[in-house]
Amino acid sequence: MFALEAQDIVKRYANHLALNKVSIAVPRQSIFGLLGPNGAGKTSLIRIINQITAPDEGSLKINGVPLKQEHSASIGYLPEERGLYKKMKVGEQAMYLAQLKGVDKHAARKRLHEWFDKFDIGSWWDRKVEELSKGMQQKIQFVVTVIHEPEILIFDEPFSGFDPVNVNLLKSEILQLQKNGATILFSTHNMESVEELCDHIALINASEKILDGTVQDIKRAYRSHTFELLLSQISESPRSLIPAGFELISEKANNYGETLIRIKSPVVVDSNQLIASFLPHATVVSFQEVLPSMNDIFIEQVQRK
Amino acid sequence: MNKILLILQREYLTRVKKKSFIVMTFLGPLLMAALMVVPVILASLQDVGKKKVAVLDETTWFTGKFESGENLEFTFVDGDLESQKELVLTGAFDALLYIPLPEFNVPANVEIFSNKQISMTLKSLARNTIKTEIENQKLLGAGIDPNLIKEARTTVNVQTIRLEEDGSESKSYTEVQVGLGIFTSILIYFFIFLFGAQVMRGVIEEKTSRIIEVIVSSVKPFQLMMGKITGIALVGLTQFLLWVVLTAGIFGLFTLIFGSEAALKGTGGMQGALMEQSFQVDQSASQQMISQVFDVIHSIDYGIIIFSFIFYFLGGYLLYAALFAAIGSAVDNEADTQQFMLPVSLPLILGIVLSNFVVNNPDGPIAFWLSMIPLTSPIIMMVRIPFGVPIYELALSMALLIGGFLFTTWLAGKIYRTGILMYGKKVNYKELWKWIRY
Repeated sequence: MFALEAQDIVKRYANHLALNKVSIAVPRQSIFGLLGPNGAGKTSLIRIINQITAPDEGSLKINGVPLKQEHSASIGYLPEERGLYKKMKVGEQAMYLAQLKGVDKHAARKRLHEWFDKFDIGSWWDRKVEELSKGMQQKIQFVVTVIHEPEILIFDEPFSGFDPVNVNLLKSEILQLQKNGATILFSTHNMESVEELCDHIALINASEKILDGTVQDIKRAYRSHTFELLLSQISESPRSLIPAGFELISEKANNYGETLIRIKSPVVVDSNQLIASFLPHATVVSFQEVLPSMNDIFIEQVQRK
Repeated sequence: MNKILLILQREYLTRVKKKSFIVMTFLGPLLMAALMVVPVILASLQDVGKKKVAVLDETTWFTGKFESGENLEFTFVDGDLESQKELVLTGAFDALLYIPLPEFNVPANVEIFSNKQISMTLKSLARNTIKTEIENQKLLGAGIDPNLIKEARTTVNVQTIRLEEDGSESKSYTEVQVGLGIFTSILIYFFIFLFGAQVMRGVIEEKTSRIIEVIVSSVKPFQLMMGKITGIALVGLTQFLLWVVLTAGIFGLFTLIFGSEAALKGTGGMQGALMEQSFQVDQSASQQMISQVFDVIHSIDYGIIIFSFIFYFLGGYLLYAALFAAIGSAVDNEADTQQFMLPVSLPLILGIVLSNFVVNNPDGPIAFWLSMIPLTSPIIMMVRIPFGVPIYELALSMALLIGGFLFTTWLAGKIYRTGILMYGKKVNYKELWKWIRY
């Protein structure tokens, strides 16, 4: 069951096509990464899901039901360009935004105080937003994004503008939200966070979706049959040990008489056979297949275009 | 609907809690009151103490012509100018009026010496008395009895009476209607500009602070726009109501302190007050005029004026506020608003300028058409109403205004929903047209 499905979304602006028949399906309670270079159309898609703009073609479903205005209460949105009313007090403003999302006054106050205590920002309640630092404002913005306990959370570049400490805080909050049942869709350039958090991804480039699936599947699909072995007690030079058809990418000896080699095969190989071919000549300390990083896949896919 | 109410509430509360709102609320009535009260206070201050004036008349033509009045006491003195000047300096007299021997037939260089600033009253009294006396002498020289001229001078007071269709009569006094019409229309003009600009600034604020995206993910842009416009309308009404109440309060307090007569003098307006001070106007004529003014003030149908004032006040505001909101959404900062502000403010300014023509001919074709076109009707119709406007014309104009603001709101809504999400783009009219059709 999908929490969110977008089918063949087309969005045209005056003189360019922002989205060309893009479809994504976000499984319930997953963390879905929306990747792509700048200007690929990520924000356009996110705005359509948030009903800020309407698609020219295509359909959207939330939990199998066509998207309608009432769904805004079950979606939480953190835009890339953060912003709050500068002249308004923090508490007042958070109350206002929570109520706009349909939370009643009493519940909003209670939940806000809980979140403020959690983030240790309770003392900011009566301060004006303009008196706070950018990082502080980001925290408040995050709180108001999740205050109505939405089923679906959409974060546009959530980690930009946060320091590493707050990035970690945010990551753990995102994981916690997922654990509590939320489905999370976020766009990012930060591939490290994709590897760390995402179950699924979709890669959008030049208005089209060029790749999607689970992170594991994609990595497997783009495996380059590269292996890394740590060998010791080598009787001959490492190069002569490599089985036929393999290419040596790198070799590196360390101070303990061990050598780390990286080899690549153009075809599928059986790991056991590969290990066995080394055994007569050396001791295999460790063995692993090197899967491409999301970063590599991203760059390769985008540049291939 | 509920969300519009929330937005309205925020727009309203954040504005009325601002310091500038509170300051304006109290400053406005104080200024209003000052405008009415200060002249009266000044007049009463002037009355304090009698001024002694020495008259050194070398011509001897004016002996006995200066009569001592309530405020001025004239004493004819002889002797040379220098010793009389000394007397002014020592304080024996407050001023010295010096009429030297004439070079030709007219004492051209009349001088008043004083160690303080002399009052306008003394100066004009001296001038008028000398002038009248010399004119009389000339008339006598030509063999005409000055009394004849005086008798021939007539004050005519024309009373205008409106004949209503049902046969009843009502007194009218054009000046009062002109004043009322111009006053209410100027109020509407300022209200539209003042609070229309607030709408525009509010939209720009949301756009530049980027909160807009969070808000429109919760509510429709149209709801946000309407919430903002109505919220600010309520701010305007609140301010206006507080002004009326506070002004009435201050005025009531003033009446208690200075007595009702002084207060009435204040309300009589500048015109009445000036006429009373003037020497040329016959006292009884001016009294009659003032009583007529009050008659008319009492006879005006305030029901229709107040109703249409509130209607045009709100209707005009709603029509323009939508346009101001659209302008705000199309630009990135306030400096870029200029090119769009001009065509929007032009009809308003035109209305104010043309209201002068309209008061001269409140039933003419210019007046009729301008009070039908929704862009100018809030101003021009208010000018016309005190003169009496046929009910069907009023109804048509109001219907057109409602249609007008529905149209501008629809139009603005289209520009607004695209504009608020558009950044870093220099928007021109062609672009706006595209958004409307979009």
